[in-house]
Amino acid sequence: MRRHTALGAAAAFLAAAALAGAFAGAADLNPLATAAALLRLPSSLGPLDRAVLFQIRLPRVVLGALVGGLLALAGAGYQGVFRNPLVDSGMLGASAGAGLGATLAIVYLGASGTGAVPVAAFAGSLAGVAVAYATGAAAGRGAAAGGGTATLLLAGIAVGSFLIAVQTFVLQRSASDIQAVYSWLLGSLSAASWAQVTTIAPYAAVSSAVILLHGRHLDVLSVGDEEARALGLRPGLIRAVVVAASALAAASAVAVSGLIGFVGIVIPHVARRLAGPSYSGVLPLSLLLGAGFLVLADTVARTVLSPAELPIGVVTALVGAPAFVWVLRGTGDVGT
Amino acid sequence: MTALTAVDVTVALDRVVVVQAVNAAVGSGGWLALIGPNGAGKSTLIRAMAGLVPYAGTIRLDMSSGSTPGSVGSPGSVGSVGSPGSAGASAGASVDARAMTARERARVLAYVPQEPVLPPDLTVAQYVLLGRTPHLGYLASPGRHDRERAAAAMDRLDVTRLARRRLARLSGGERQRAVLARALAGEPRVLLLDEPTSMLDVGHEQQVLELVDRLRTDTGLTVVSTLHNLTVAGQYADTLVLLDGGRVVAAGSPQAVLTKDLIESVYAARVNVVTGGDGRPVIAPRRG
Repeated sequence: MRRHTALGAAAAFLAAAALAGAFAGAADLNPLATAAALLRLPSSLGPLDRAVLFQIRLPRVVLGALVGGLLALAGAGYQGVFRNPLVDSGMLGASAGAGLGATLAIVYLGASGTGAVPVAAFAGSLAGVAVAYATGAAAGRGAAAGGGTATLLLAGIAVGSFLIAVQTFVLQRSASDIQAVYSWLLGSLSAASWAQVTTIAPYAAVSSAVILLHGRHLDVLSVGDEEARALGLRPGLIRAVVVAASALAAASAVAVSGLIGFVGIVIPHVARRLAGPSYSGVLPLSLLLGAGFLVLADTVARTVLSPAELPIGVVTALVGAPAFVWVLRGTGDVGT
Repeated sequence: MTALTAVDVTVALDRVVVVQAVNAAVGSGGWLALIGPNGAGKSTLIRAMAGLVPYAGTIRLDMSSGSTPGSVGSPGSVGSVGSPGSAGASAGASVDARAMTARERARVLAYVPQEPVLPPDLTVAQYVLLGRTPHLGYLASPGRHDRERAAAAMDRLDVTRLARRRLARLSGGERQRAVLARALAGEPRVLLLDEPTSMLDVGHEQQVLELVDRLRTDTGLTVVSTLHNLTVAGQYADTLVLLDGGRVVAAGSPQAVLTKDLIESVYAARVNVVTGGDGRPVIAPRRG
């Protein structure tokens, strides 16, 4: 599929997912009336239904789209930087840092369900990446050319394991908080509000813009650091910029949603299958597909066992894994 | 006019000196071949020329006016040093490469490593377009002019019919032509080739080198290459620099450098050197 066709199809997919997310749920909203109300046309929705639509459903759809888009874009950015298709948005200590931050807030501040948890998760995620990057850069200094990215990834794994160990230790000493921490870790958009949307919107805008502007540079990095340098680029600088932006994107998403796996690693591959390997296409397509996919997954999560909710991470994996295997089917080797 | 001059170039990798006080020069439109046994420092010297490893000494590039290789620049005005800001603009001068930004240098020099990394899923057209990188501002994307230059480079290397093919699907000869097309898309004055034919059979080796030679004579491109096949080096290059242990052992025409005594002592080999039909030396290994 050509790039523009793919982008158009992905935009249509996102619109359809958003519409489905708006009218599906515990309170049955008439699809046509919902669509009319969304377009600010005369609509037969009553005041209660309008409140459900604009204060409950819509912020959740918008937040889901933001989170999914950010996770997929961050994953694509990392995959480009590390020239490795197995990398995802939780790499480099991002998820582990967020998990530790949220755990500390819940256990020591008694902050479960308050605004302190997202802040702690956001800070923990960025701190995790910063420590992993600094450690990796220091260890990689003087290493042979090309060893830089592998060293960074390994440092990320080491830092991640360390943070998870600390988190486990803290949790073991405070068994009463396990339930609260665990439900945060599984990820959920059930607390979605316009306040959350406006809180992460600036970070989302900045980080997405920076990542999207580096598509061409990631393509050049795919020929290796040495040839990229011979073409006049500075691979180290580009890596630092894209990693920082991806870390910010992932941290913003994780802060409001908890740990949602799968999106950051799988969506970029689907994008690649549709638009080819060039990051100028993969990045915007990942943003749109990730947004649509998470809105859809969240809609399933809150409707399938209604009024109970499934953890969204369970849905992304249950729905996404078989779909991904289908996408990979018969396509041979996966390259970046 | 010399296109590239290396003066007293010394390179140390991990504190081991691998290139020592090398002097070499190649005229505009000429072909300089670096030869020598394994570990002599050929690749390191060419990487220093490309600005990829730190070096002591000076590498100067001819920056005389004229945007295309082979155009006539004002001769003789050698010696002025451009400041970083003016390096690209100063006309009729040779410029210290150290005073140039990486991007300015990349517009003059195209470097092709011994084993280029070919992202398997990229198409030939996408890959060749990457060669325009030195001409693009940080946030710019390739425009119509860039696509035209890339298409012209593909035409010249006869890979236009492969434009939409994935790199993973190319044969060895096709890969090498795609790599050269990427290098030419940047419209360099000097092509730095590290062992351009080491992965090719004798037929493809000849095709690639003939192609490079035609580019040189047609467009005035200057070529610096390392070559391990001495006979081939003597057939294509007009100047040879023989390196051993990082030092220049001999430099000059093929006839002057490719002598039985020099080759036998530097390579610890037994060879016969005969004169080929074109008057250039042919090196034949000999047993016993």
